[in-house]
Amino acid sequence: MISAPDVVAFTKEEEYEEEPYNEPALPEEYSVPLFPFANQGANPWSKLSGAKFSRDFILISEFSEQVGPQPLLTIPNDTKVFGTFDLNYFSLRIMSVDYQASFVGHPPGSAYPKLNFVEDSKVVLGDSKEGAFAYVHHLTLYDLEARGFVRPFCMAYISADQHKIMQQFQELSAEFSRASECLKTGNRKAFAGELEKKLKDLDYTRTVLHTETEIQKKANDKGFYSSQAIEKANELASVEKSIIEHQDLLKQIHSYPHRKLKGCDLCPGEMEHIQDQASQASTTSNPDESADTDLYTCRPAYTPKLIKAKSTKCFDKKLKTLEELCDTEYFTQTLTQLSHIEHMFRGDLCYLLTSQIDRALLKQQHITNFLFEDFVEVDDRMVEKQESIPSKPSQDRLPSRSLEECPIPKVLISVGSYKSSVESVLIKMEQELGDEEYKEVEVTELSSFDPQENLDYLDMDMKGSISSGESIEVLGTEKSTSVLSKSDSQASLTVPLSPQVVRSKAVSHRTISEDSIEVLSTCPSEALIPDDFKASYPSAINEEESYPDGNEGAIHFQASISPPELGEMEEGSMENTPSQIDSCCIGKESDGQLLLPSSPAHTHSDEDGVVSSPPQRHRQKDQGFRVDFSMENASPSSRDDSCEGFPAYELDPSHLLASRDISKTSLDNYSDTTSYVSSVASTSSDRIPSAYPASPSSDRHKKRAGQNALKFIRQYPFAHPAIYSLLSGRTLVVLGEDEAIVRKLVTALAIFVPSYGCYAKPVKHWASSPLHIMDFQKWKLIGLQRVASPAGAGTLHALSRYSRYTSILDLDNKTLRCPLYRGTLVPRLADHRTQIKRGSTYYLHVQSMLTQLCSKAFLYTFCHHLHLPTHDKETEELLASRQASFLKLTLGLVNEDVRVVQYLAELLKLHYMQESPGTSHPMLRFDYVPSFLYKI
Amino acid sequence: MLRWLIGGGREPQGLAEKSPLQTIGEEQTQNPYTELLVLKAHHDIVRFLVQLDDYRFASAGDDGIVVVWNAQTGEKLLELNGHTQKITAIITFPSLESCEEKNQLILTASADRTVTVWDSDTGRQVQRISCFQSTVKCLTVLQRLDVWLSGGNDLCVWNRKLDLLCKTSHLSDTGISALVEIPKNCVVAAVGKELIIFRLVAPTEGSLEWDILEIKHLLDHQDNILSLINVNDLSFVTGSHIGELIIWDALDWTMQAYERNFWDPAPQLDTQQEIKLCQKSNDISIHHFTCDEENVFAAVGRGLYVYNLQMKRVIACQKTAHDSSVLHIAKLPNRQLISCSEDGSVRIWELREKQQLAAEPVPTGFFNMWGFGRVNKQASQPVKKQQENTTSCSLELIGDLIGHSSSVEMFLYFEDHGLVTCSADHLIILWKNGERESGLRSLRLFQKLEENGDLYLAV
Repeated sequence: MISAPDVVAFTKEEEYEEEPYNEPALPEEYSVPLFPFANQGANPWSKLSGAKFSRDFILISEFSEQVGPQPLLTIPNDTKVFGTFDLNYFSLRIMSVDYQASFVGHPPGSAYPKLNFVEDSKVVLGDSKEGAFAYVHHLTLYDLEARGFVRPFCMAYISADQHKIMQQFQELSAEFSRASECLKTGNRKAFAGELEKKLKDLDYTRTVLHTETEIQKKANDKGFYSSQAIEKANELASVEKSIIEHQDLLKQIHSYPHRKLKGCDLCPGEMEHIQDQASQASTTSNPDESADTDLYTCRPAYTPKLIKAKSTKCFDKKLKTLEELCDTEYFTQTLTQLSHIEHMFRGDLCYLLTSQIDRALLKQQHITNFLFEDFVEVDDRMVEKQESIPSKPSQDRLPSRSLEECPIPKVLISVGSYKSSVESVLIKMEQELGDEEYKEVEVTELSSFDPQENLDYLDMDMKGSISSGESIEVLGTEKSTSVLSKSDSQASLTVPLSPQVVRSKAVSHRTISEDSIEVLSTCPSEALIPDDFKASYPSAINEEESYPDGNEGAIHFQASISPPELGEMEEGSMENTPSQIDSCCIGKESDGQLLLPSSPAHTHSDEDGVVSSPPQRHRQKDQGFRVDFSMENASPSSRDDSCEGFPAYELDPSHLLASRDISKTSLDNYSDTTSYVSSVASTSSDRIPSAYPASPSSDRHKKRAGQNALKFIRQYPFAHPAIYSLLSGRTLVVLGEDEAIVRKLVTALAIFVPSYGCYAKPVKHWASSPLHIMDFQKWKLIGLQRVASPAGAGTLHALSRYSRYTSILDLDNKTLRCPLYRGTLVPRLADHRTQIKRGSTYYLHVQSMLTQLCSKAFLYTFCHHLHLPTHDKETEELLASRQASFLKLTLGLVNEDVRVVQYLAELLKLHYMQESPGTSHPMLRFDYVPSFLYKI
Repeated sequence: MLRWLIGGGREPQGLAEKSPLQTIGEEQTQNPYTELLVLKAHHDIVRFLVQLDDYRFASAGDDGIVVVWNAQTGEKLLELNGHTQKITAIITFPSLESCEEKNQLILTASADRTVTVWDSDTGRQVQRISCFQSTVKCLTVLQRLDVWLSGGNDLCVWNRKLDLLCKTSHLSDTGISALVEIPKNCVVAAVGKELIIFRLVAPTEGSLEWDILEIKHLLDHQDNILSLINVNDLSFVTGSHIGELIIWDALDWTMQAYERNFWDPAPQLDTQQEIKLCQKSNDISIHHFTCDEENVFAAVGRGLYVYNLQMKRVIACQKTAHDSSVLHIAKLPNRQLISCSEDGSVRIWELREKQQLAAEPVPTGFFNMWGFGRVNKQASQPVKKQQENTTSCSLELIGDLIGHSSSVEMFLYFEDHGLVTCSADHLIILWKNGERESGLRSLRLFQKLEENGDLYLAV
């Protein structure tokens, strides 16, 4: 963990020190006026002040053909989260920037309806009035009953922090792509099933019609056809056509995987093979299909229905819910993924960035980071997965920001300079846009730039924005291009482009059906004048003009608005929105829900049957997850486990929230959760090396541990030798009668214990039987029960017998028996006069110190000349003296500090050489050194 | 130790004062074993360790299984299952140079009255003999004749192919407790109180049959013979339950030396003590011998004695080397002696020459330190006696290894890999020189780096 701990801690919302703030209140006249947004629970550093929602959330919306844009569900599904934020309005906004919807249907020159496998579009959208910025991910799902067979949906990550969205764009994009992929896969499966069913219906209808016609033919042998017969024949013909159409659609949907991979059309011969594959894939991926998920797949038991000649009006029928569209299993999986996303991007941007840098740096030290980092491997795998799996196409265009691209100094800048970071990200994106072969294409495009074409594209843009009635603006494009042209090193584009061109490039790119990325923002000035939305949209010049306002302008503006004004504006837009929807949609009954911004998700779930709450079983599973956490946890399956583990941390106060209410409740819950954790730990500690599953999200645990460690250091003057024992691999036995106290201290001290491998730390939180030599080989920190009765004598006897292997901290008598420590390392690590007050800060301090220590150990371990004789005649003594002088002079280690580095070096060697790490416990190393008894 | 845990004192020195046992503090600068590895595979007392080659050893015990280990890494190589009862003897049968089958064999005898032959490389059970009337208690290999002998209630001779060549008549119900080879195709068997010399008659042109003949009975021991080893080509030594040590000529089977009260460097030590010692005969029973060119080292009761072959007397002793009976001792090349005991500890001793003892009187405190302070008031007396006898050497404790929680049955010393101990607590512990291991690990690390091609990547 490498970071600037204090900066992070400063910006991170968390509980204060143990002692509550008890100063007497100031007299009224002396009190300083509070921060204006304080009643909303904001702190002055929070950028969320203007937002109506308390923290980031994910919104799924649909552009319903019946009722227009409507919010479906939010994650987390908690009305507290989005508060008074108008979901309906925002759905309208985010759906209005979709470009894909108009794309499906009968393309000219094609006999059959053609399914377009459009890539999702990813857009950043800002609404300064609402104080909301969103990453919007549009996707289309297929529905046989829908207009043009498509249902446009979007998932939006909504945050009050614009920079967060911009900076995390790639990560968001990758994560949401996964979710979208999941939805679409389920949808394709369901759609295919639906098609097959429909085909059966049609087939049946055809036979029925056929027989009817035959009967009629026979019935009147006059030689001419009655009008009835002609009608029947027409009907038959239309059914035939319909069959062909549907067959074609089925082919198309089955051909999806192949087309996606190869990007070319299929020859019919391959078709069946692919179909088989597809069906196989669907069955294998879903072996335990329950009856209701089977709804769309064709079953032999299915009895075809007769299809009426006249199809029902689209308004009469009830549209399928998202869950129905996507197959329940995939749907729940998506929800899990989304809540994972929500959790992943929780907290302040600064915090996210720091932890990202952290992770990137940790990955570099893959040789040493097993020593003190928690489950880095798991983390890594998760990150790698995120980087590699989400839709390959995005990878060659949007490379994840690895460390090389984002050098530390550039990101480790103060909070004030994030702006430049945003720009640098943009540069990256644009650069990648014009990368490689596309570069050439683009140049030709530029030269043969057709204004008409451009207009077309613009028009296409506008189609999406009709309903919103507000102009959409390309945010930061000009800036980015200008920066781009200035920076020589990255000058892949030599022609300075106008924003228009850049945008057209993006649009044209999308038409060749690849990923499109556009960074859009709503012009704030126009957002306030929604009166004539029809007049406001179409001109590109308008956009250009509005550019100078920029996003900064939006922020300033927003700050100057007083809340009542905002409310008015809101109402105004509210009035406009429904009426506008009213005009083009039939669904009258849904107007009511649109006017109920307080609990839209709830109403939706009632009326539309959308499952808006994630399945509860995850919550229950969570306990199992904790208990079953074992050595094998680093296996790939743990990815899912950790996802399921998230709900337990929902009340995690570590993420930066403006809402005081929420942080208060989380504080209250906090103590409970810890006790819960510890009680679970007590049941599991016997089987598990470390009772605490240090899952990536155990920030709270870290903080707790840090705080208790800090307390220990302040309370006990002999903390240094105790910590030295832990660092040098001498088992520390914490002896005490009270299990809770012992456990607490053991958990706290565990942060100093180096791990053997990438698994749990060698810490046993509570033991009540006499210790054995095996225990010292296995555990480096043991909480031991002191039994007053004669039965406890055996425990003490064993302890005294093996005293040379242990340091013994007696909590009841406040004594410590352990070897002398005279180094300088631990005093720095554990200074009892430290100014650090917060647990998490101290934890980070410890981590950074230990990282420093690890790098010393690394140097010592991998210095060639220290361990191998430079020539044949060199004696071992000479080698030893060289090692000693290296440790002392080069690494600056004093006295016993040498032992610490030597111990870590041994662990490094073992870890490096182990083929399959973690299979065996390393040997017990010890020294024959006298122990001393320390008392308070 | 307990005192500070319970009440809190400073340094636990009380133990040393109460007990005559020589103790060494936590600071053991000469003790090289700073690393240990616990090996767990057995489910019962581990009684036997036998070295297979430079890096492997086998362990066997009361659970009837034999486990082959890598002494370097502590890796369990093989587990040999077959015996249904505890193993009573184990021996390796080295492959003959001429023989095509290079595989080393392991012979194990068990209380289930079988002897099983194992291939030490594959763990395969080569053959199993179950025609015994009684439990085989000892095994010995006569490599010169390429035969092996099994000793139970009778003595059988077998060849490599496990054909029974010949056997003696029923000797005794107690059975043969020890068996060694002596020159002239003879073997000595300890049967109860007596020693029996057998001569093996190999097939010659005259007779094609093997035969084994009883040559002589030696009846000089007063009590059961517990230990029997070869000293050199010319002599062997036996020890009995009541502390008789007899050195025999291996050629004419005559007594070369007899040490009845050898444990006592001062023969005229007051009778009171002698009686006391005799009452607790366990205290003077000779459990194990080891020897080098000059000395025979005997584990007598709880003590260690060094008997010089040339001077024919005890030159150094440590009456209470352990808290409990010493079960096994071994002499290391560097004048060190290692002993293990029922008290669960292993101790490392060094045989040191005493300089100029006769010159000036030594303060009693000095001898207290050496462990003679059992009877404090008499301390001065033995000092004088000792000076008269000029006990020229001393055994000095240089380290102890504490790890087992129960009696340490046996140990095995590897020149390169350290010490292996086995115990009644079902464990085997590998004790290693930490510094050397650290160096070796570094070497391996750089080897691996080189193999991976990482070493010169930066250059």
